[in-house]
Amino acid sequence: MCGIAGLIHRGKSSDVGNELQAMLQALKHRGPDSTGYALYADNDGQNFIMRFKVGENVGEGSSSINEDESVYDKRKELVDDMLKNLGAKVLKEEKLTPYSYRYEMKYDDDLMDFSKKIESIESVEILSIGKSLELIKDLGDAQAVLDRYDLGKVTGTHAIGHARMATESGVDIKSAHPFWGYPFSDVSVVHNGQLTNYWNNRRVLENKGMRFMSECDSELIAVYLAEKMRNGATLEEGMKDSLSGLDGVFTYFVATKDSLGMAKDTMAAKPLVLYESDDLVAMGSEEIAIRSILPHEIDTYDPFDGEVKVWQI
Amino acid sequence: MANLKTTEKKTKAQSMGLHTEVLTGKTQQKFFNPDEAENFYYWGTYDVDFNKRIDLDVNDLDCKEANKKIDELMSQGYGTIVIKNPQGKHSLGVGILNKLNLIFEGSLGYFGVGSIDGPTVRINGRVGWSCAENMMAGKVVIEKNAGSCFGAAVRGGDLICKGSVGARTGIDQKGGTIIVGGDAGAFTGFMMQRGRIIILGNVGINLGDSMYDGTIYVGGKIGSFGSDAIESPMTKSDIDWIKRKLKVAEIGENFDVSKMTKVVAGKKLWNYDALEPTEKKGAI
Repeated sequence: MCGIAGLIHRGKSSDVGNELQAMLQALKHRGPDSTGYALYADNDGQNFIMRFKVGENVGEGSSSINEDESVYDKRKELVDDMLKNLGAKVLKEEKLTPYSYRYEMKYDDDLMDFSKKIESIESVEILSIGKSLELIKDLGDAQAVLDRYDLGKVTGTHAIGHARMATESGVDIKSAHPFWGYPFSDVSVVHNGQLTNYWNNRRVLENKGMRFMSECDSELIAVYLAEKMRNGATLEEGMKDSLSGLDGVFTYFVATKDSLGMAKDTMAAKPLVLYESDDLVAMGSEEIAIRSILPHEIDTYDPFDGEVKVWQI
Repeated sequence: MANLKTTEKKTKAQSMGLHTEVLTGKTQQKFFNPDEAENFYYWGTYDVDFNKRIDLDVNDLDCKEANKKIDELMSQGYGTIVIKNPQGKHSLGVGILNKLNLIFEGSLGYFGVGSIDGPTVRINGRVGWSCAENMMAGKVVIEKNAGSCFGAAVRGGDLICKGSVGARTGIDQKGGTIIVGGDAGAFTGFMMQRGRIIILGNVGINLGDSMYDGTIYVGGKIGSFGSDAIESPMTKSDIDWIKRKLKVAEIGENFDVSKMTKVVAGKKLWNYDALEPTEKKGAI
């Protein structure tokens, strides 16, 4: 059981950091292990934002192996060297925790090749690359992660998030949601459910050159959609295809720079409540998530089995 | 309480050598005696006065506190309780075993009014998953939509949703009637055992999958039939009964009931007794 939440403001920007925090905090009982945010922030859209980690959070019930913090600095230096070699120009650098960084940079070449080279450094994982996507995930509840990464000040148009109860893989950041739609900029995915044909799909996708960072079944959705889009499918086409391509029970959200989508499996086994108006769409695993940002009486509904919806900002 | 003390006389089991222990103490078995008032008391119930009305704002209460407060009000004789600001909280109004007018001014989360036996509930909002699960008797009316597993395992009473419902409506239903004014999702009537479901709108795939017994009436399109579910001709008594039920539910006033599709179980399980418990009593 995990909790997922998402919202999209159509035609305006809002306080999405705090809004998503309220929604995810309301779903804490569904997933106390880790919390993740994919915020589509009001950045200038000129430069890439790369968020990456050079190690794991080893506290707060983590299943990761404890490492000396000095190795984090060494890995970070290796990343800096690699960025220079790749011709990326770092404009701004922020150290958020001992193990995670946010870089603002200029880069004009192929992102797949770029990502492969950066991630060839031991224990380095790119959490996201995008011009508006700010993907943050860590152990702890929504409030703890918001405070740790100072997300309360982030404004933007849309966001998706996840409160995780680890069932298929470890309690660590690499298995936490959201997952970045590698190697596409600004694509992120959150999922509630279990996928039963993970290994079959993973083998096929890895043979096609796609990369998996964790053994979390949910990562498959991000990679599956990225592969479809790489071959020319639109986001909605990829999502519709996933209803038959992915086996198991799932409700997932996917977000891009200017859109937000949801898909529900053909068994409708996982919950989702949806509120839709002209200027706002809010959805979550439970109604209380939506009520946390819309306390007045509203009309909500459960999407049916096999339903796919995509909204634009 | 009957007090059984071991008598000098050997039991049959003792005389057969099965055991030699001398049994003492009280038996757990209760013998019914109409002279004892406790035999007519349904534990956890209250005598309430419908004219005694009170509003209860649960905005700052969690579900446990809210349910305790409802229980307290019933013990004080309040028969009409209006719950304000439920805000999608889970498990509100559960386990009420007496007559009561319960009105929710807003939406409920999961397991709203679950395991009830008798109250009349009106929810002026939406309900989440498993609303009225295991209901024994009473009437529940939802003004908006409902989530999945609506009326799971209900055993009696009327459960009415004026909007649309999610998947697996009436899963494991064992009696009573579920009425839906809008559409219903996949696996409606899944493993249904008794009772009736009326859907005025469309239903999703696998309708009545693995149903043992019971009847499903559908007014709109059917995504597909599930295993064991088959269509059966509508009879006059079906039409009369549905009309009566819709009138009580206050929905589908001009709905053409005669064009509905009737779905029943296509195979009889070995040694399965199709009689309703009430019918059984009549037969005896």
